[in-house]
Amino acid sequence: MWAFIHKLGSPKWFYAISERLLPWFWVAAAALILVGSVWGLAFAPADYQQGNSFRIIYVHVPAAFLAQSIFVTMAVAGFIFMVWKIKLADMAATVMAPLGAAMTFVALFSGAVWGVPTWGTWWMWDARLTSMLILLFLYFGVIALRGAFSSRDSASRAASLLAMVGVINIPIIKYSVDWWYTLHQPATFSMTSRPAMPMEMWAPLLIMVLGFYCFFIAVTLMRTRSEILRRESSKRWVRELTMEVS
Amino acid sequence: MRAKRKQKLFVILGLVSLAAIAVGLTLYALRSNINLFFSPVQIAAGDAPLARQIRAGGMVKKGSVDRDKQSLEVTFTVTDYVDDLEVRYSGILPDLFREGQGVVVVGELQQDGWLRADQVLARHDENYMPPEVAQALEESGYSPQDYQAKAGELGQWRDAQSNNANLN
Repeated sequence: MWAFIHKLGSPKWFYAISERLLPWFWVAAAALILVGSVWGLAFAPADYQQGNSFRIIYVHVPAAFLAQSIFVTMAVAGFIFMVWKIKLADMAATVMAPLGAAMTFVALFSGAVWGVPTWGTWWMWDARLTSMLILLFLYFGVIALRGAFSSRDSASRAASLLAMVGVINIPIIKYSVDWWYTLHQPATFSMTSRPAMPMEMWAPLLIMVLGFYCFFIAVTLMRTRSEILRRESSKRWVRELTMEVS
Repeated sequence: MRAKRKQKLFVILGLVSLAAIAVGLTLYALRSNINLFFSPVQIAAGDAPLARQIRAGGMVKKGSVDRDKQSLEVTFTVTDYVDDLEVRYSGILPDLFREGQGVVVVGELQQDGWLRADQVLARHDENYMPPEVAQALEESGYSPQDYQAKAGELGQWRDAQSNNANLN
């Protein structure tokens, strides 16, 4: 068990194993997103009230899921880095932040576009929307902190700490619709309760969510690999590897 | 080294839990400000200020929508199944506005208890269905509005549930 974890923390081992995993996640992401979006946008039935504008859900919900999951993953990676000093965790956390910020933006933007035909407004300072905006700023803060220090170690520690403290926002986002009166409706998509929509609407949404997660894993593996090469460029195995290529 | 790690772990956990408590207490203190709108029951209890712009929310009561034939003036009742609030509005209503639908109205509460709305926003619930299903439900006497009301009770209007149970 411990041997495995130590192995997992080794950049060299990770570089080798991720090379084998990467194509699978790319293929899965492409296939799932393609099937999910065609099914969701063209074949799933329109909603009885909102008509076709309801189809924004197929982008909005997966993006919002990912925005929150990436932040939690980043915080966990930061925690592992802070306590066990595993550099690989910090590399992964570094490369996750921009994707998370992008997903948060996609969720906010698609929500605003969806809000116009359904609610009658782009934006409302309700608890769900505001806490999601705070998540975007937290991502910006994490990215900015990494750039603000000249020493990488202090930058990593500051960014990890912000991610760990910022994770408090995640349950607030999740439960905001239950705790307070909001314009946003309660959760649509839950793993634990019965889906709030018929199967022919729900299945493409599930496929999209899975596709987005595969996309996240693929992007993170790929970018962590480049980050390993960048940070470990003076290590022997990296030099040997680059010699081989060139 | 191990002891140092353990210490670090506790420091981090302590820091995060302190921050969580701070945020929790702040949100608890601000809970009434965080609510997007006043529920009719809160307005009836006198929690909402007069002559200031406020937001009120609830379900549009069935059979309460009264449109003026000469103008855009419309009157309807917003209910949380406990108390009602009369709303008067002049303007174009959102597409999703209908009886049994959740709404948030922005406007000033008047002296005699009704609300002059400047803006009406539609809420919708988390239930989606194709038109055929909605129609089938309606034909079998279980209309989407009922479905929605049910969802509303379970969700935002949870507090009203016990009162509503007596009516059903």
